[in-house]
Amino acid sequence: MSKVQLDEIQKRLIREVADLHDIPEGAYNFRANSSLAGRNTTANIDIKTKEDKPGIDIIIKEGTKNESVHIPVVLSQSGIKETVYNDFYVGDNADVLIVAGCGIDNCGTGDSEHDGIHRFFIGKGAKVKYVEKHYGSGDGTGKRILNPVTEVYMDEDSAMEMEMVQIKGVDSTERTTKAELKAGAKLVVHERLMTHGEQKALSIYDVALNGKGSSADVVSRSVARDNSYQKLDMCILGNDECSGHTECDSIIMDNGRILAVPSLEANSVDAMLVHEAAIGKIAGDQLTKLMTLGLTEQEAEEQIINGFLK
Amino acid sequence: MLELKNISFAAENDGKEKQIIKDISLTIENDKFTVITGPNGGGKSTLAKIIAGIEKPISGRLILDGQDITELSITDRAKAGIGFAFQQPVRFKGLTVLDLLKIAYGKPIKVADACTFLSEVGLCAKDYINREVNSSLSGGELKRIEIATILARDPKLAVFDEPEAGIDLWSFQNLIRIFENMRNSVSGRSIIVISHQERILNIADEIIVLADGAILKRGAKDEILPEITGTDSAVGSCEMLDKEARK
Repeated sequence: MSKVQLDEIQKRLIREVADLHDIPEGAYNFRANSSLAGRNTTANIDIKTKEDKPGIDIIIKEGTKNESVHIPVVLSQSGIKETVYNDFYVGDNADVLIVAGCGIDNCGTGDSEHDGIHRFFIGKGAKVKYVEKHYGSGDGTGKRILNPVTEVYMDEDSAMEMEMVQIKGVDSTERTTKAELKAGAKLVVHERLMTHGEQKALSIYDVALNGKGSSADVVSRSVARDNSYQKLDMCILGNDECSGHTECDSIIMDNGRILAVPSLEANSVDAMLVHEAAIGKIAGDQLTKLMTLGLTEQEAEEQIINGFLK
Repeated sequence: MLELKNISFAAENDGKEKQIIKDISLTIENDKFTVITGPNGGGKSTLAKIIAGIEKPISGRLILDGQDITELSITDRAKAGIGFAFQQPVRFKGLTVLDLLKIAYGKPIKVADACTFLSEVGLCAKDYINREVNSSLSGGELKRIEIATILARDPKLAVFDEPEAGIDLWSFQNLIRIFENMRNSVSGRSIIVISHQERILNIADEIIVLADGAILKRGAKDEILPEITGTDSAVGSCEMLDKEARK
């Protein structure tokens, strides 16, 4: 077990992306400025550094219950560009919490970019809760760029709940999430996205329901402020008797722009697929109601957005 | 005490300007429960919104406890002590009942205290406190939560715009009880309720009949109520009064 050494900026970033105020219990792997800053493994969860490319393998033993893995990444030096490959092997019937996340603080002039490629191989009957937060800060001219790719391969009767949050400070992002589900597997995704300034965000989901009784519920709530742009592209494929639902619900403000492209493809007569998409500004009567309770228009707006993205 | 001095309001409808409130002057005394009634389209809701600052009058002044509030924003009027319950309560995706009660209370509130406000409007607090104020709530539930926000805010002057609208009969019994309680604890405050309901009119200290943008009748409940009831409903009788006025 190596000792975790982080400076104050790095600690702040860790707090933002992993809600960690201290070293977590259970397995963890801290990556700071492209090198390992600390690691802990447990009897049931092993973490190994990849030998052929940057990244780690996280191996969770069959039947592991109520354990967690934290793998936060922080970039506090300007100008770092990295692509990291992390593979999670979750054994049959395990029940675990995985917390990932990346915080970038860029006070310099060079662009900082972290592209995390995460692959999940989820065993039969296993349950995973995955939380991923992205956060950027720093007032340098260098951009903060995050292009995460998440691939999820779910075996029979497994369940995964994903919470993907990117609320602040990331200049450019292209998020790609792919999932393949076998019989009885269940995927639930909650994405929350906020862009401001000149930011651009692309979020692409491609979920294939391949097995009988598989289901997916992909819900995205987003807010585009200032001159930012978002493209939300969500596709569910139903290849057997299955049920799928996607929902993009967006608030648009200032000169923000949003393109929502929910799509469904049914390749089986027993596939039940639904999509919903709505884009609109904050309703005037919502602002009025909160103003009659003593909030200013700006405070009312903040409350509405905070609630919407909660 | 709220004074309305020569308040007029007009709105454009199909390219034509329509006078909705016509030079209304009235005083709402402290410690009084006032019910404003009258036919649909008579200007009741508009008058309520003018008091809350949601609509701006084209002329006239509003004075609250000696302070001219005519130019104050909705927010500043709320801070000055005016509360307003919407006829059609607003839904919020993501905001919970507790969030809304916290905002209304205006300072940190204990969950137990927030629950008291819900209990007062006949909602089982533990079932509702963490619910989102979204479309999963029925019209009647929303209405009661709306009233709970006013109870939490505890304003000097509370204005309720048709609290009975969209409420089922069972909820209505509860609503009457809530208003009776308010009536009994009105000391130092005043309450204005826009209503068509005889049972709400019956709680009033004073009744104002508003028709065609002007005050048609005004007086103590015992004086006004017999004149406008006795037919099928207060609405019907108000319409009769209105016709008489137009003759």
